[in-house]
Amino acid sequence: MPDLGKYAETVLSAYAVSIALLIVLVTVSLWRAKRVKKQLEDVEMKAKRNG
Amino acid sequence: MNLNALWEYANPKKFISTTDRVLPWVSVLSVTALAAGLIWGFFFTPEDYRQGSTVKIIYIHVPSALMAINAWLMMLVTSLIWIVRRHHVSALAARAAAPVGMVMTVIALLTGAIWGQPMWGTWWAWDPRLTSFLILFLFYLGYIALWEAIENDDTAADLTSILCLVGSVFALLSRYAVNFWNQGLHQGASMSLDKEEHVADVFYYPLLVSIAGFVLLFIALVLLRTRTEIRARRMRALLARERMG
Repeated sequence: MPDLGKYAETVLSAYAVSIALLIVLVTVSLWRAKRVKKQLEDVEMKAKRNG
Repeated sequence: MNLNALWEYANPKKFISTTDRVLPWVSVLSVTALAAGLIWGFFFTPEDYRQGSTVKIIYIHVPSALMAINAWLMMLVTSLIWIVRRHHVSALAARAAAPVGMVMTVIALLTGAIWGQPMWGTWWAWDPRLTSFLILFLFYLGYIALWEAIENDDTAADLTSILCLVGSVFALLSRYAVNFWNQGLHQGASMSLDKEEHVADVFYYPLLVSIAGFVLLFIALVLLRTRTEIRARRMRALLARERMG
């Protein structure tokens, strides 16, 4: 860990907030991609069954 | 290269099959570049003689601010393609990019405020660049809300494209505000083609790697989210057809 001196809190909070936001963005994008793909497969299967 | 071949990717099936192959590579590259840029910048660069260790915030603040503006410009291009050629994938790509651009704008605003407090003695000032960034954030919110508010996909794409055209003024203002108005707290551009103008090499190279990471992450997320939007649109069409019997 580098010595951040008197600005340690400033630098660490900037990194923490940014990385947290990026993780939330990636997680939500992956979760929605998975959910929509599954829903579409269900709807397509249902549509096929109904002709 | 035959530019007409690019329009093949406007076909949703072709887009999904191509991104099936491309997305894993872009994702791995983005994580690698992002980790390399941030680790290099955070752990292996010196303090600035004036700003101390706060200079390390540059590796997040500058790339996120660049992507906040460039995401909107990408949305502008895809919106224009929608208006002119009516390719659904381009409208959906603009829709997919908006939340990513909005998060980049929030990161730029927050890290700017956190960095500004010890350097300027204030979290916020109605400085031209800061203010135009805040307005850009509001445009992102409005754009996303407009897509959600309109049920018909084509109408939503038309109206959001117009909003995107209007918002582009603020995206460009955010980029060039410090040049237009020679006032305010925000310093000039950190990145420049002129070597004399940009930050010292010791900060510049890790910054370039970090920017590459943010660009690749943006591309990966937009590809992923565009695929999701294509699937969601197809699902809405199938459900509508089913309801009509």
